[in-house]
Amino acid sequence: MITLTIDEREIGAEEGWTVLKAAQNVGIEIPTLCYHEALSPSGACRICSVEVITKKGRNRVVASCLYPVEEGLSVQTNSEKIQRLRRGLMELLLARCPSSEKIKDMARQMGVIVPRFRLEQEECILCGLCVRVCQEISEARAISTVNRGTKKEIAAPFYDLAETCIGCGGCAYVCPTGAIRIEDNKIRLGDKIFKELSPEEVKKVEEKFGTKEKAAEKG
Amino acid sequence: MKIKTREDLDALKRQGLESLYPDNPKITVGMATCGIATGARKVFDALSEEVEKKKLDVVVARTGCIGFCQKEPLVDILSPGRERIYYKEMSPEKAVQLLDQSMGAKPKEDWALFRMEGEENLITNEAISYVENHARAGDNAIPLYKEFPFFKKQVKVALRNCGFIDSERIEEYIAKGGYYTLLKVLTEMEPEEVIEEVKRSGLRGRGGGGFPTGVKWASCRHAKGEPKYVICNADEGDPGAYMDRSILEGDPHSIIEGMIIGAFAIGSHEGFIYVRNEYPLAIEKLKIALTQAEEYCLLGEDILGTGFRFNITINRGGGAFVCGESTALMASLEGKVGEPRAKYIHTVERGLWDRPSNLNNVETWANVPAIAARGADWFSSIGTENSKGAKVFSLVGNINNTGLVEIPMGISLREIINDIGGGIPGDKMFKAVQTGGPSGGCIPEQLIDLPVDFDQLTEAGSMMGSGGMIVMDENTCMVDVAKYFVDFLQEESCGKCVPCREGIKRMHEILEDISTGKGREGDIELLEEIGFILKEGALCALGSTAANPVLSTIKYFRQEYDAHIRGKRCPAGVCSELITYSIDPEQCTGCGRCVKACPAEAIVGEKKQPHSLDPEKCIKCGSCFEVCKFDAVIRQ
Repeated sequence: MITLTIDEREIGAEEGWTVLKAAQNVGIEIPTLCYHEALSPSGACRICSVEVITKKGRNRVVASCLYPVEEGLSVQTNSEKIQRLRRGLMELLLARCPSSEKIKDMARQMGVIVPRFRLEQEECILCGLCVRVCQEISEARAISTVNRGTKKEIAAPFYDLAETCIGCGGCAYVCPTGAIRIEDNKIRLGDKIFKELSPEEVKKVEEKFGTKEKAAEKG
Repeated sequence: MKIKTREDLDALKRQGLESLYPDNPKITVGMATCGIATGARKVFDALSEEVEKKKLDVVVARTGCIGFCQKEPLVDILSPGRERIYYKEMSPEKAVQLLDQSMGAKPKEDWALFRMEGEENLITNEAISYVENHARAGDNAIPLYKEFPFFKKQVKVALRNCGFIDSERIEEYIAKGGYYTLLKVLTEMEPEEVIEEVKRSGLRGRGGGGFPTGVKWASCRHAKGEPKYVICNADEGDPGAYMDRSILEGDPHSIIEGMIIGAFAIGSHEGFIYVRNEYPLAIEKLKIALTQAEEYCLLGEDILGTGFRFNITINRGGGAFVCGESTALMASLEGKVGEPRAKYIHTVERGLWDRPSNLNNVETWANVPAIAARGADWFSSIGTENSKGAKVFSLVGNINNTGLVEIPMGISLREIINDIGGGIPGDKMFKAVQTGGPSGGCIPEQLIDLPVDFDQLTEAGSMMGSGGMIVMDENTCMVDVAKYFVDFLQEESCGKCVPCREGIKRMHEILEDISTGKGREGDIELLEEIGFILKEGALCALGSTAANPVLSTIKYFRQEYDAHIRGKRCPAGVCSELITYSIDPEQCTGCGRCVKACPAEAIVGEKKQPHSLDPEKCIKCGSCFEVCKFDAVIRQ
C-alpha cells in the first residue's frame, strides 16, 4: 500500500497504480479524453495532466493516466497552472473540432467558448482509442494511425477497406467525439470506410452497444 | 585473424603504422560526405590514375573529414622526413600537379592551407614527429596547424582520428591506440570501476539532454531484468548539424570500442546502432568496421579472448526526426510506429522490449575510449565546472569557415565565431547564433561573450543540443528564422499528443501571418501561451522544447516582431510580402546589371539612363539589390 496526497487529501493506492486510478478510486475527478479503463493508457490528449511534487521536491506536470503512484507523492489536480494548461489544450482541440458537442461541452466547462485560431472542421481528435480497442480488445489490428504530425490520421492500410476488420464496432463505440460512426451499414470515419457490414452484423453491433438513437439519448 | 593478446594487437599496430606513415610518399584525399560533395572522388580517381600511369612510388590514400569543410576537397601530402602539407579546394588537375611535390619538388604555397610537423596521439598521449629535425625551418609561408586559427583552440577528443586515418583500415585505428583501451578494460578493470571512471570524468550526453553518462550506466547496470541492451543513437537530424556523421564516416571503430566498453560496464551482450538511412556513406563505413571487428574477435562470443560476449546490429532509420528521441527510437527498433512514450519509468529500467536499455549518442560513445584510456582526471581537466570535456559543433550559416570544430567547454561564442570561424562574410554584422537545433534558441549579439557549456546555453534560453551552431548576419529576419524551425517541427512532430501536433501548427500559422503582414496585436502573447502549453503539456522533448526558437527570438528580438505586426515591415528585408523594391533615379547609372539579374523582367530602361522597376512584375527576390554597385536599388 502506498500513501499519497491528492488535492490535500491523504489517500491509499496500490503499487503499480497510476495517479488517475488512485484518484478515481476515491472519487476525485480528473478529466480525460484519450483514456479508457479497458485499454492501455496513451498520454496523447494531456487533458488529465496534473501537477506533482515528488518526495525529493521535484515539481512537474505529468499525465495522470500514465504517472505511477509513489510514496509521499503530492498531487494537485486542479491548480492554476493545470487549469491554464487544460484551457489551452481545449482551445486547440476546439479549433480543430468546432462542431463536436463533446469538445464544445468540455471546452465550455473550462471557460473556452471561441478559440483564437482559425477553425477547422475535423471530427476526429486523434485520441487513438479506436486503434487501441482494435488492437487490444478485438485483436483485429484493422486500423491504425498513418502519417505523422499535422498529417496524422486514422485509417485502414492504404486507405482501403480494412481487410482484418471483424466488424465488431468497438471503434465507433469507444470514439469520444462520434467521429467514427456506423451509418448505412458501414463503419466509417468521414469519407473513409473501414468496413461494409451485412444487416446481420449491424444487428449484432447494435445488440452489443445499443443503437445510434440510444447512444444519442445517453449523450 | 583473431586478436587474443596484446602481441596480436601489436602486430596489427605495426601494420597500421606502416599504412599511416609509409616509407614512400603518401597523398591523402579527405573523402567524407563533405569532401565527396565538392568533388573529392574525382580528385582521388585522378590521383590514382596518374600514379598508375606514371608508375610513381606514391601511395594514394583516403581519410575522413578533418573539419575544415569550407575548403574541401582537401588533399595532404606526407613525404618521409618532411612536414605534412594540406592543400585546399583541389580539383583533379591541381591535385595531379601536387604529385611533383610528393616527388621532391617545392610545396605549392599558394594552394596550401596549413602544414603539420607531427601529430599527437590522444589515446596514448604520445606525439610523433614527421620531420627528423624539429628545428628545421622551412615552408614558413604556410601556417602551422597548431597556430592555424581554425584549429588552434580546438581539442579533438571525439574527432581525434577523423581526417587522420582511413576508417576502412582497422589497423590504422589500432595504430592510433585503438582497442588497447578495450583490452585494458576487459582484462584489468571491474565493470563498477569503469562506471566510476566515467562518472568521475563528468561526461554528459552529447546528443542533447546532457544527462551524466556514468549515472545512466549505473542505473542500467543495477536495473532488474535481462537481457540488457546498449544502443547508439546515430539518428542525427538537426538542420545544419553533422557531427555524428563525420565520426561514423571517419572513425566508426571509436564508436564500436566505446559501445563494447559500455556494454561490459553495464552487463549487456547485445547492442544496436540506429542510424538514419540518409547517411549511406556512414552506414557503409560502419558495416565495414563491424565486419572487421567481428573478424578480429573484437565483437562476438569471446572478445579478445576474455570470454566477454557482445554483438552489434545496425538498424536503419526511415527518416523521421522524432526517432532521434530515445523512446521513439526504441519503438522504431521494435518495429512499431516511431512515437515517443512517457518516460516516467526510465528507459534504463524499461526500454527496448521493456528491458533495461542504455542509449547514448555517437559522440558520447566516441568519447568513452578516450576517457577509459586517459582517465577521469584528464577528461575533467578540460571544460567548465559542470560541463567537462570538449564538444563538437558544426559551424554553419553566415560564417567564413564552415566546418566541424571540437572545442573545450567554456570557450566563448566570440572565440568560436570570430577566431575559429573567421567571422562573418562580406563585412556584415553578426546578429545571432542559433544553437541546439529546433529545440534550441537564438542567442543575440549582446551575449557574444557567453561561455559555451550546457548550463550557460540553457540559461540564455537556448540549449547545447547535439551541437548545431547556425551563425546569422544582419540580413537575417528573426521572425523568418523562428518560422523556419517551427515549420520543420510541424513536419517532424509525430502527431501523437495534442500540444505538439496542434500547438506547433498554430504557432506556424501565427508566424506565417506575422511575416505576411497579417499579424495582429496579441499575437506575441498568443505565441507565448502556446509556448507554455508545449513546455508543460507535451509528451516528449521534441514538443516541450519546440517553442524555444520562438520564445528566444521574442525575448531578444521583440522589436523585430513589433515591426512586422505594427509597422508591417521587415527590418532585415527578408519577408517578401513586407518589402518593396524601387530604383533611385538619382543614383542609377543605367549600367544594366539589374536588368540582367532580374528573373521577372520587372526592370526596364535605356542604357546609361536611369532604369525603372515595375512593382507589379517584381517578385521581390532581391537579385537587383544584390548586384547594384551604386546603391540605386532601394529596399523598403
